[in-house]
Amino acid sequence: MAVDFRSILSPQAMCLGVSAQSADEVIALLGERLIAMGKVKANYTAALIERERTMPTGLPLGAINVAVPHSDPVHVIAPAIALATLTEPVSFGSMDDPDEKLPVQIVVALALNDKDAQIEMLQAVAGFIQNPGALSALLSARTPEEAFAAFPS
Amino acid sequence: MAQQKVVLIACGTAVATSTVVAHAIEEAMAERGIPVMTRQCKATEVRSMAADADVVVATTPVPDDLGKPTFKGLPFLTGIGKAQVLDDIEKALRG
Repeated sequence: MAVDFRSILSPQAMCLGVSAQSADEVIALLGERLIAMGKVKANYTAALIERERTMPTGLPLGAINVAVPHSDPVHVIAPAIALATLTEPVSFGSMDDPDEKLPVQIVVALALNDKDAQIEMLQAVAGFIQNPGALSALLSARTPEEAFAAFPS
Repeated sequence: MAQQKVVLIACGTAVATSTVVAHAIEEAMAERGIPVMTRQCKATEVRSMAADADVVVATTPVPDDLGKPTFKGLPFLTGIGKAQVLDDIEKALRG
């Protein structure tokens, strides 16, 4: 499953070493990037924030936790992902148990509108999430080139 | 040839995490010789769709009185406990 992250993740959609106070702040940052790139509609950010309230997307992985906020396909214009790494964790609810709060340091916002066409992108993201070494390398990356090098090819 | 089993997979939007889970289950059950058909739905639709399913797998919390064996989908996203939940699903499908 050799998906080239360069083909699904634009340097413009990467926010590396961000200092943020809350999950909403990170989501707004990523949402604005995707809106500016024309990948999602103006209400995408609000939809993500609303969804986190009822069905959060934090994934408990151990050392470095990841959240994968995403919206209903109606808010999406074209498939894309946007990524933020945080200097200090922010709190996301766990997908498994919304009452459980997880310190999250990597946030991957997904813009999806066709599950069958985007399975490779999803599997690439899922594979990456399950690779602690890659997550750790991504956290230290400060340029898009360093970030791309973190992704297993 | 065993009868094809139906696995219902629920997540928040029915497009993202349930897609990852669906492909993982199709692949793993094929390797174990269990033909499965997966269906994806939103967590809010799970009660109405569960009636036609043999088992339910959900990445979000779902009611525990669906009347069908229900499993967590999170291990397919985190990789933690994935082998165990696949064994449990296999057992339920063969049962």
